[in-house]
Amino acid sequence: MMQSKLNKYGYLFILPFFAVFLTFTVYPIVLTFYYSFTSYSGFGDAAFIGMENYQRLISDDYFWEAFYNTIYIWGINFGFQLGIALLLALLFSDIRLKMKGLSFFRAAFYLPNLITIASVALLFGILLGWHHGTINHLLLDLGLINEPINWLNNPTTARWSVALIGAWMWFGNTFIILMAGISGISNDYFEAALIDGANRLQMFTKITLPLLKPIMLYVLITSLIGGLQIFDLPMLLTDGRGSPQGSLNTMVLYLYNQAFKFNNYGYAAAIAYGLFIITVCFSLITFKAMYRKSVKGE
Amino acid sequence: MRSEKSNKQKITKGFFYFLLALLVVISFIPFYMMIVNATRSNSDILKEGFTLIPGTAIADNYNVLLEYMNLWRGFLNSLIVAVAVTVLSSYFSALTAFGFAIYKFKGSNFLFVMILVLMMVPGQLGLIGFYDIMRTFNLLDSYVPLIVPSIASTFTVFFLRQFLSSVLHSSLIEAARIDGAGEFKIFHKIGIPMMMPAISTMAIFAFIGSWNNYILPLVVLFSPEKYTLPVMMGALRGSQVAQNLGAMYLGIAISVVPIMIAFVFLSKYIISSISAGAVKE
Repeated sequence: MMQSKLNKYGYLFILPFFAVFLTFTVYPIVLTFYYSFTSYSGFGDAAFIGMENYQRLISDDYFWEAFYNTIYIWGINFGFQLGIALLLALLFSDIRLKMKGLSFFRAAFYLPNLITIASVALLFGILLGWHHGTINHLLLDLGLINEPINWLNNPTTARWSVALIGAWMWFGNTFIILMAGISGISNDYFEAALIDGANRLQMFTKITLPLLKPIMLYVLITSLIGGLQIFDLPMLLTDGRGSPQGSLNTMVLYLYNQAFKFNNYGYAAAIAYGLFIITVCFSLITFKAMYRKSVKGE
Repeated sequence: MRSEKSNKQKITKGFFYFLLALLVVISFIPFYMMIVNATRSNSDILKEGFTLIPGTAIADNYNVLLEYMNLWRGFLNSLIVAVAVTVLSSYFSALTAFGFAIYKFKGSNFLFVMILVLMMVPGQLGLIGFYDIMRTFNLLDSYVPLIVPSIASTFTVFFLRQFLSSVLHSSLIEAARIDGAGEFKIFHKIGIPMMMPAISTMAIFAFIGSWNNYILPLVVLFSPEKYTLPVMMGALRGSQVAQNLGAMYLGIAISVVPIMIAFVFLSKYIISSISAGAVKE
């Protein structure tokens, strides 16, 4: 009785959230959708031009190049990030080894995550400098190279640089998440496997990995959604336009430049929706792939 | 035989610790190089190249840097925005989660599903519209676009709602009502303390997210004195300071070292929050 009278408080409690949510999140998304069908330049009226922006997007080589760059960079980045994190997780979850210092190593590996990406980009921008970069100086001193490498001016080394800086920043975070998942696995499984004489690798592939699947899916999806939106590093490592030869031009960087450098708001809005559709497709494919594997495994 | 086995074990472990130490060095060496180079003069860096030994030019570098840009100002701006975001998102997310968990009202399921769906939408989707709306309301070049949207933090609401459903005892609420407590008082005296562990987990994410946010302040802020730290760092890159590598390194160090010091004290807390955030999914 009393409760039902009080239920109107529910609306009151969620009101601030929804007022802000509708104004600052939902309405901008709807408005962006509307602009994607216009030639809006940021000034004056937005002339309706139908599907023109989307047609342009589909045949825009720059956009598809940005798509390719984004996936290329994310792929290398994620491979290293997950690979290192998994090896570390394998090491620290081994009940025979009983490695110590987990909390210290977690903290040490996590640290680069807390640094503003802008600072990281600037730091590596000068560490990787051509004639005066510390990395080239070091490699020359060690005799590993004969002349300085212009890391950020060659498409391949530039992409790899961005991907590896990302991996360097984020493997600690992935490691912590994997360890959190592993700590939820009962020790009984490992002890039983130990009695059965299973080796390190068998325990990892037969027990840890399958039980870690939900966490792996979480890591994969969050990394993918974040990776498709990569912006700060490519923006700040070079000239802000994705040089050299457009190799660092990612999708969000392209969106940013179209909107805020060239005032093509209408087209930038279409890029935003193109990116959104791509993100949804990739997420669905990932879910499907993980789901099918688990059915097969049963 | 037993000791032979344990010897082998010891060697394996030693090898693994060596690899871990190597990885720690890789994690830290860029920061170490940054600190060393921040103390060296530009000509020293250009001529002498790589060294692990600090120089003596830190005061000169500081003067060159401050002449062009007051990074401490950016630091303060970032701190103001991040603290405001953390407080607002914590309080209003708790309020919203409490509203969804305690009361049964028409449309609550639909509204909660709406939150879940939009939680998946990447932040960049509405950027163009967001910018346009802010311009219409004359809110560009202010902190409103950076702070106010945090009142509607979808993931935090979702997380707190899940947390609340596992710790909430309705009898506690009933008892408070019989004692004559109002609904808001119940939220403040019972709801918030109950959710506190989850709130502090999410507060950390809110703070880090705001602290590292780059694209949004880059788009909405124009006046250099309002720049947050990441935007200021970006501006530093295109400035005259970039000619002086020592000053440049010092600028980066100023943006990094305080965070490192704070992390030394807070790391346990932060890491356990990330672990909790991931497992609760």
